[in-house]
Amino acid sequence: MYRYSEFDAAFLSERNAQFRAQVERRIDGSLTEDEFKPLRLMNGLYLQLHAYMLRVAIPYGTLSSAQMRQLALLAEKWDKGYGHFTTRQNIQYNWPKLNDVPDMLDALAEVGMHAIQTSGNTIRNVTADHFAGAAADEIADPRPYAELLRQWSTDHPEFQFMPRKFKIAITGSENDRAVIKAHDIGLQLVERDGVLGARVIVGGGLGRTPMIGKELSEFVAFDDLLAYLEATVSVWNQIGRRDNKYKARIKITVHEHGIDAIRAKVNERFLQVRPQFKGADMALLDEIKGHFAPPAFRKGSVASFEGAYTNDPVFRSWVDTNIAPHKNADHAIVTISIKKHGQTPGDATAEQMRVMADLAQEFAYDELRISHEQNVILPHVHKSDLPVIHAKLKEYELATANIGLISDIIACPGMDYCALATARSIPVAQEIATRFDELKLEHDIGHLKIKISGCINACGHHHVGHIGILGLDRAGVENYQITLGGDATESAAVGDRTGPGFAYDEIVPAVERIVETYLEQRDGTEETFLETYRRVGMAPFKAALYPEARANAA
Amino acid sequence: MARAFTPKVVTANDLLEGDVVYLTEDDRWSRDFSDAELITDEAHAQVRLLDAERQYSKIVGAYLADAVAGDSGPEPTHFREDFRRTGPSNYAHGKQETSPQPRA
Repeated sequence: MYRYSEFDAAFLSERNAQFRAQVERRIDGSLTEDEFKPLRLMNGLYLQLHAYMLRVAIPYGTLSSAQMRQLALLAEKWDKGYGHFTTRQNIQYNWPKLNDVPDMLDALAEVGMHAIQTSGNTIRNVTADHFAGAAADEIADPRPYAELLRQWSTDHPEFQFMPRKFKIAITGSENDRAVIKAHDIGLQLVERDGVLGARVIVGGGLGRTPMIGKELSEFVAFDDLLAYLEATVSVWNQIGRRDNKYKARIKITVHEHGIDAIRAKVNERFLQVRPQFKGADMALLDEIKGHFAPPAFRKGSVASFEGAYTNDPVFRSWVDTNIAPHKNADHAIVTISIKKHGQTPGDATAEQMRVMADLAQEFAYDELRISHEQNVILPHVHKSDLPVIHAKLKEYELATANIGLISDIIACPGMDYCALATARSIPVAQEIATRFDELKLEHDIGHLKIKISGCINACGHHHVGHIGILGLDRAGVENYQITLGGDATESAAVGDRTGPGFAYDEIVPAVERIVETYLEQRDGTEETFLETYRRVGMAPFKAALYPEARANAA
Repeated sequence: MARAFTPKVVTANDLLEGDVVYLTEDDRWSRDFSDAELITDEAHAQVRLLDAERQYSKIVGAYLADAVAGDSGPEPTHFREDFRRTGPSNYAHGKQETSPQPRA
């Protein structure tokens, strides 16, 4: 875990004091909203539909138990007793009052957290594989590099007024759990001839113009990576379009100029930038690596785990869905579902946050992760501790065995909270989860990712959902478009639209018809939804969704 | 041809709490949509919006929202304004905690 240096602490304290004074000047009328808005956004404070919203960064999704407890404190003291984990490894508080926000930021600073650059046309919170440092399939822990990027990008003088926001994701595994191909820059750690570096993907993004990122470089050694990234962002900062915010993201720049032309410009800029990096960044990276040293994994028998697995079917079901392989065979990665059927995806109460913090402290070497899929992870757990963890989670409605299943839905806040939304997404997620729980089908259906966005900006990643749902306003009524075949992993793909959208009360039955079609079409229980879709194509799903069209065509 | 003017209310968010507020005929900010002044004249709507925008130490983001006359005051015509006057649908938070309003 990264521990703030004196410099970090002083920087944050100064910044929070500045914002406190800015809030005071806004309240006493010295600042207009036009003057204040860019200042509050720089500090993560939005004004949403019903209230302000404070977005707090959870850098690369990593939290200590003390940090999680502080998030619980914020929820209880200044909000309505809960927080919302987002698809960018942030936590959002939906009900802060303006004059409480400076105190909230000071409370966050006590545990080395902030809300800086969670908004605005800056480099946003750097996200990472939520299994980083624990996954069995990892080349190296990407978080030290992510922390270096956080420090590099925070208050970077060249990158405070860019054409648009800029998002970076990093993974240390070939199996992409960080959706790197849907980010402005995606980094995959690779090793070549014993040298650690990264494959650099550029120009991915969702939103109104979804694009899968393209390879800018197959390998950049760590020594050169920061200069290379600075060159890349710098090229876009210069030539990215500022005339039209919908064409301002780097994906459009890459699309309009072509990846080869962008690569040439980046290489040219890199030669100019490289001499400015004299090795201080590598010295800093070495120091940061020390903060992320793996814990001293305890040894011990896993017999109690095996006994519980054999004898307790509820525990077994949870292990089968919510546990992932750890790099140490006697350990496991636990994903705690924040998706109990019928609940709001990603919402955790202060009490639940404290329970998870306690479990992390007692059993998981004091570490927690937040995934972009809006769940919480205990990355290092000795298998013998799993039964007691499961029992505790059950008490607090945190033991739902649904990771990767149809009810493990990503949903943006939608029109229940967001000022940009064109339709609701939370109740759609709640109803789909409730419906398939009633049908008792979800374990039979197997691996299936539903992702829901309440507007075209695609915070709910609908384009890369196996089933994607996009809520729109059609002539003053909520309407939901469906896409199929999206993929958020290393084989990333944007889903295909099925056809006309569905009304609010038609969307859950439509999803049900899609799933029924999959169950009819699949080639045995081993074939996943995505595999079936790739094999049989859109036609049978279309026929199930639009029977009238089929009748008319016949 | 310009579109015909449809009735409006002036709405904004409270500066400190962020709660949705509506401009009343007697220049108060009410938390209830039904208290809002229903504006049927386009020029008057612009004047009232300017009146609202001048009060930047009380409110944020004033704009004109479509409305129609109802049995007990103005009512929204669009579902977005219906959500704004009510609160989120996943919890009984916001205005639902203090002044329950049946959904239209």
